[in-house]
Amino acid sequence: MAGAGPGRPAPLGQTPSQTLGPFFGMLLGRPGDANMADESVAGERIRVTGVVFDGHGAPIEDGLVEVWQANSAGRYRHPVDDRDDLPLLDGFTGFGRCPTDHPTGSWSVVTLRPGQVPDGRGGLQAPHLNLVLQARGMLDPVFTRVYFDDELSNDDDLVLAGVPEQRRHTLVASRGDDVDGLATFHLDLHVQGEHETVFFDV
Amino acid sequence: MSADGPMLPRLHAREHGDHPPFRYPDYKSTAARSPDQDLVSILATLSEATGPGPAWSEVSPEDADLTTNAGTGGVAIGARIIVTGRVLDAAGNGVPDTLVEIWQANAAGRYAHWRETEYDAPLDPNFLGVGQCHTDADGTYRFLTIRPGPYPWGNHHNAWRPAHIHLSLMGPSLGSRLVTQLYFDGDPMLHLDPIYCSAPPQSRHRMLAHYDHEVTEADWATGWRFDIVLAGAEATPVEQEEA
Ligand SMILES: [Fe+2]
Repeated sequence: MAGAGPGRPAPLGQTPSQTLGPFFGMLLGRPGDANMADESVAGERIRVTGVVFDGHGAPIEDGLVEVWQANSAGRYRHPVDDRDDLPLLDGFTGFGRCPTDHPTGSWSVVTLRPGQVPDGRGGLQAPHLNLVLQARGMLDPVFTRVYFDDELSNDDDLVLAGVPEQRRHTLVASRGDDVDGLATFHLDLHVQGEHETVFFDV
Repeated sequence: MSADGPMLPRLHAREHGDHPPFRYPDYKSTAARSPDQDLVSILATLSEATGPGPAWSEVSPEDADLTTNAGTGGVAIGARIIVTGRVLDAAGNGVPDTLVEIWQANAAGRYAHWRETEYDAPLDPNFLGVGQCHTDADGTYRFLTIRPGPYPWGNHHNAWRPAHIHLSLMGPSLGSRLVTQLYFDGDPMLHLDPIYCSAPPQSRHRMLAHYDHEVTEADWATGWRFDIVLAGAEATPVEQEEA
């Protein structure tokens, strides 16, 4: 995709990534960043939560999890998503972020269950969150997705199908007991090791 | 829009060779925080061609003067600097109206931060070390701040981070997400810093801010220029012409 085509100037050199360091969560986090949808927004509100682990199985207590997703109608709030037949929902940007907790490494967002979005190949993708994880000790961001274990459409999702079968489970959150009346899904992220999460070359 | 959904913009893949490796042994914390497995390639779908940049920019307030934004009525101590530049996509288009967040140590090398550091440098009650602004239609951002001090860290004996400012940008799409650090051209400590040196030799100079006398304001602040190039989707112009 990148690179110079005929008659196209060579792309500019990208500014290198550097680690987030330990301070972002303390300095820039704002209350409400992890509450992506309040009761007034149309759609099923859910909680998605988990723990971020390093390669030794220790919690990463100074990380940052960012979420980007479509709304419950399956539309992204973004100029590229020009499907005006689908609603944009007041009070819902589709973006949230949550510093991981010190010292437990846990993160949690309250959001809408996303709708399905096109896969660009004539079908629809299963509902998913796009996740970006960064932390001290990580020189580059990692990109992953969160799918939901109660969605039948997972079986037809082209991105999931492109992941080696034995690793797909690292992308699928499992529904546990409701918390505060919200369907609650759990997915731990493992940056390294036996249970390493699938990270995509976004 | 087509039967397969919206038309997607041109995407520029992350040039991994221009970014640090996940594992860089001289930076010890990378050892257990770097994936072992290769990245899995992914279809470029609407999920990858969109991102939080445009929507998040709408909801975030502007706060571009770090010398006064502690809100104490006082001003931060240190050498005032203007840091400005353009945010560009890989094709060289300015990225308009995107949020730039920065955070940094104070002039003494201390972060205003509740988790206690062992570095006994003074806090400045008039300096939070956090700021944000939006790029204009041309992709230009601008901050007024204090030149940060270097500070020690625990990576190895007598390890010091050279003066730096952390920057965070969302950009036009998911893959344009960038967190980087701005360093100051000519700093003699750069080659000793494993974080700076984790970026490959051919690209690490892109993290240097250069003194720019055109940016400097007489009797006020020295000026430093720092342009930023993002991977991911090409920028959407603010005012689109009808095709
Ligand atoms: Fe720092």
